Amino acid sequence: MSRVPLPYNPKILELFRHPKNLGKMKDATVTAVAGNPTCGDMIIFYLKINDEDVIERASFESYGCAANIATSSIVTEMIKDMKLEDAWKISWKKVIEAVGGLPSVKFHCGILAVGALKRAIRAYYQNKESSPSWLSEELTFEEKQALEEEELAKMISKRMKKEGRK
Amino acid sequence: MFEHVKDLLKAHEGLKHEVYLDIENSSMVPKEVVEAMLPYFSQYAYGNPTLTHKPGWEAFEAIMESSQKIAKFLGCKVIEEVNFAPGETEVNNLALMGAAFTMKGKGKKIVVSEIEPLSVLHVTDLLSKYGFTVVKIPVDGEGFINLEKLADVVDKETILVSLSAVNHEIGTIEPIKEALEIVKDENPEAIFHTDASDAYGKIPFNVQDLNVDLATLSSYKILGPRGIGVLYVKEGVKINRILEGQIGTQKLWPGVENTPLIVGFAKASELAFKDFEGNVRHMQRLRDKLIDGITGKIVDVRLNGPKGDKRAPDNVNISFLRCEGEALTIELSLNGVYVSSGSACTRRLLQPSHVLVAIGRKFSEAHGSILMKVTRCHTEEDINYVLEVIPKAVERIRGITGSVEMK
Ligand code: FES
Repeated sequence: MSRVPLPYNPKILELFRHPKNLGKMKDATVTAVAGNPTCGDMIIFYLKINDEDVIERASFESYGCAANIATSSIVTEMIKDMKLEDAWKISWKKVIEAVGGLPSVKFHCGILAVGALKRAIRAYYQNKESSPSWLSEELTFEEKQALEEEELAKMISKRMKKEGRK
Repeated sequence: MFEHVKDLLKAHEGLKHEVYLDIENSSMVPKEVVEAMLPYFSQYAYGNPTLTHKPGWEAFEAIMESSQKIAKFLGCKVIEEVNFAPGETEVNNLALMGAAFTMKGKGKKIVVSEIEPLSVLHVTDLLSKYGFTVVKIPVDGEGFINLEKLADVVDKETILVSLSAVNHEIGTIEPIKEALEIVKDENPEAIFHTDASDAYGKIPFNVQDLNVDLATLSSYKILGPRGIGVLYVKEGVKINRILEGQIGTQKLWPGVENTPLIVGFAKASELAFKDFEGNVRHMQRLRDKLIDGITGKIVDVRLNGPKGDKRAPDNVNISFLRCEGEALTIELSLNGVYVSSGSACTRRLLQPSHVLVAIGRKFSEAHGSILMKVTRCHTEEDINYVLEVIPKAVERIRGITGSVEMK
């Protein structure tokens, strides 16, 4: 039987209730933001990276829906002790699989989480002299999506101002 | 039963209390109303009311009696002014499209406010594709329609004006009488429609006093069953049907009448009007307890809509800053408090409630909004429980937001 999947399977609900690695990281090596509160979704990712380019710790903060919270949470777990090169390969599809699936309306929440991760990795190498060959210059799908959402938010805010909102 | 959601339900196990406040989107039906409806499914009056047999005659009588009751509560002149149709959405579609198509030859302009429900605004969007010109009147920070702007906009070309008597999201009691006078002064021929779904049974609403042409009522908003509503059509006002088929007792809505639901709506009306003033005072008391309890206990909150007598007695709409509304509704649900939010995350569109945006709320404020409506059936204990749950839920969600900055 096919039916519209519910946004919240047990795994998501569990991660929503007890998110892992929640909160600001004071000694983070890099921090990245994705999304915009205008759209109702915004994430901050914090990574602690060691000299071997391995993620020692990751944490997040999220202004978003339960799917957003759950996917962010699972990403921080997936990338712990991972080499940046491997973390870079994580796609939004893998993340959605890891939380047990999401309906299509909630895909963007998971994409945003991965977008924040990739931005963090990119930012990390921006501060270095050279970046590794696996780091594509072109934005990844997730980074592009995050950018698109941010642009949309900007457009909406601009339109509202133009309409002379009080 | 509930096979597919059993995990979600499990997460709700062991709740010590549950309070349903999402009356905007559906409602529980009290026992008395269910009991009034039950025999009409299979005991009697299950026939088609236009047919000549006993179960049909019984149904005819039941429908006429229900019309009569609602006509009395509305202050109708004749019971033919009461037209049943399946719910607020259908009734608003009927009112707007029916009026627009009837008046087509006389002009093209339709006037609504920016904060009408989507069953009005989406219909006017559609009508604008069929050559009608739609003008939306702005509202102020509390949701009151700008009457000067209304006077500017309405002209001889205006065929239809639709303004809610009470706003469905923020409870603003609109100056409908003044609005109607302005409209009729400019153009006596224009049809004046009001969606009174949030007014009927909540504020004094008498169609003869107000002299509106059309008014929408919704059954579930007064704790009747879903799927039934009324379009009041003033005697002498003509509007077209928007569906065709076999006409029964309801000349504006073809098809077989749903007698049990009609009876349920009439019963719910009786209960709402049995002690109207008492019910209103009760709702006001609970409303203010809820508003004061939240605004007094939690920082960074904003009440959306006016206060006191200018606000519907049942409506509570509050924005919690730094708190995304969808996450908050789930957290509240897990604690037995059922509400809805104007957040974009609860919708398929990327935009938050158009009502909150129209009253000048920032998007981040609208995303953190929670809408609750109290009813005559809620108790002080219910509200105490809600006031116990909300601060903890808000604190937890704000903890997840952390240092994410709101622009
Ligand atoms: S964060 Fe807005 S829908 Fe998930």
